[in-house]
Amino acid sequence: MGAAPAARDVTSYGMGLAAPLALFFLIFFVAPLLQLFWLSLHNDTAGLHWGLGQYLHFLTDPFSLGVLGSTLLLGAEVTAVCLVLGFPIAWLYQRVGPKLQTVIILIVLLPLLTSVVVRTFAWIVILGRQGIINATLQSLGLIDTPLKLLYTQFGVVLALAQVQMPLMTLPLITALSRIDPNLDDASCSLGAGSWRTFFRIVLPLSLPGIIAGCTLTYAAAITAFITQSLIGGGQMLFMPMYLYQQASTLQNWPFAAAISIIFLLAVLAVVSIFTTLGRMSRGYGGA
Amino acid sequence: MSGRKRTLEAISFELVMTVIAMIALLIIIAPSLVVLIVSFTSGFSLRFPPPGYSLRWYVELWNAWQLHFAAKNSLIVALWATGLSVTLGVAAALAISRSRTLSARLLDSLFMSPLVLPALAFGLAALMLFSLVGLPVSPLTLVIGHTVVCVPYVVRNTVAALAQLEPTLLESSAVLGASRLYTFRRIVLPLIRPGIIAGAFIAFMSSFDNVPVSLFLRDAATDMLPIRMWQDLEGKLDVTIAALSGVLIIATVALVAVMERVTGLSRRLTN
Repeated sequence: MGAAPAARDVTSYGMGLAAPLALFFLIFFVAPLLQLFWLSLHNDTAGLHWGLGQYLHFLTDPFSLGVLGSTLLLGAEVTAVCLVLGFPIAWLYQRVGPKLQTVIILIVLLPLLTSVVVRTFAWIVILGRQGIINATLQSLGLIDTPLKLLYTQFGVVLALAQVQMPLMTLPLITALSRIDPNLDDASCSLGAGSWRTFFRIVLPLSLPGIIAGCTLTYAAAITAFITQSLIGGGQMLFMPMYLYQQASTLQNWPFAAAISIIFLLAVLAVVSIFTTLGRMSRGYGGA
Repeated sequence: MSGRKRTLEAISFELVMTVIAMIALLIIIAPSLVVLIVSFTSGFSLRFPPPGYSLRWYVELWNAWQLHFAAKNSLIVALWATGLSVTLGVAAALAISRSRTLSARLLDSLFMSPLVLPALAFGLAALMLFSLVGLPVSPLTLVIGHTVVCVPYVVRNTVAALAQLEPTLLESSAVLGASRLYTFRRIVLPLIRPGIIAGAFIAFMSSFDNVPVSLFLRDAATDMLPIRMWQDLEGKLDVTIAALSGVLIIATVALVAVMERVTGLSRRLTN
């Protein structure tokens, strides 16, 4: 009673302000995911008989495992392409003046905000039988019949790499801008060449950015339903489309729920591996 | 000798990096340019380069009432989802931004998790829950689902804007006798407004473009633009879609240009 109320910290707001969104998430995000998990633990479509049948079915079925494997592989390929192509963009960004920097950022940013369907459609036009690549190769006389580029792994990786490139490049730009430029000069003046400086100094110091970029790119690439299905066509099946087919066409909700949970766990596993690596790399390149 | 060798070595490094960067930038920008050019074709196919140029597919687009209907639905859902995301997200950002407590960090991870979790799995889960409680799919369920996947962008950008806010400003305002609400309205809000607008913009674009959540949560009567386009592309390769893509690309470029002016969007996304 007698104690004066502690002086309130005027610079922060009460946690109560987070309550509406927390409640919204509990009802419309956490509860659905729990319900999804609950349903996946049932052996029949009506959800009456408990059991691990759906998971056993998935984990003993070579077809399902193949879909999971090719999805995880696709993510790795796209991430690798994005890293190899995205890193030089971030490097170039550090080398140019502010005007060109804005131009580079906007070029990188635009696809992120352009509709995914539109971007994927563009690749259909480029990779198609009458597309640019085939038309160019044919007019140069290098090929007689059009190459099959659409509906191939190559096409899917290329299109996904372009679609997800901003997610890799933006964290890399941030990471490279935090490296002390003196380190670069010091390394060079001590006699290490540009290549050696790059691989021994710049690359290790940008590891946090590389890991952040890889996490975002990988998660986005394996869940990119539209690009996978339009460029991959009917013959290439990845986890999102597999899930959608089971849920929507076959109405097999418990199996679709199990696929979702396995897919969620796969994504979470990859993200936490990257996060652990990120924590370790901060200790390493923490200067 | 060695000096000369080093220069050669340095040149080779710069050359390789610059060439790859140029190729990468070309790969990023080329698809949009190709679609823009093809959309002005006078022919019936997506051949590149086009046999001739005309505005016929844009005229066709003007009459494509199905696409207009889908676009209107997408626009309405995106506006509602953005409004809801901003209301809930800004309040939550204010609460968690300056707090170092465990609950604040947990809430932050919770609010960000829709960004990495597969949206299709969430869409299916939400549909299951709605059907369990007897709520039929409708524009309402669409708005709810879109809000879940769009709110992270608002929270993230608002938290980032709040982190740059000088705490002494708030203290001075309080010392001078301003109430918390007054300080919020006159100091905090104007300073974080660009961040909120940037977050709202990204949330709006991602809702407008959302397929995975809409696939499960829309009713048969509510056609959404990206789904309509996707299904059209699965069936036939219609040049009208190229014209529509042209419109969307130009609208995006224009909006990004405006946002760059208003909020310094490019700086926000690299910090």
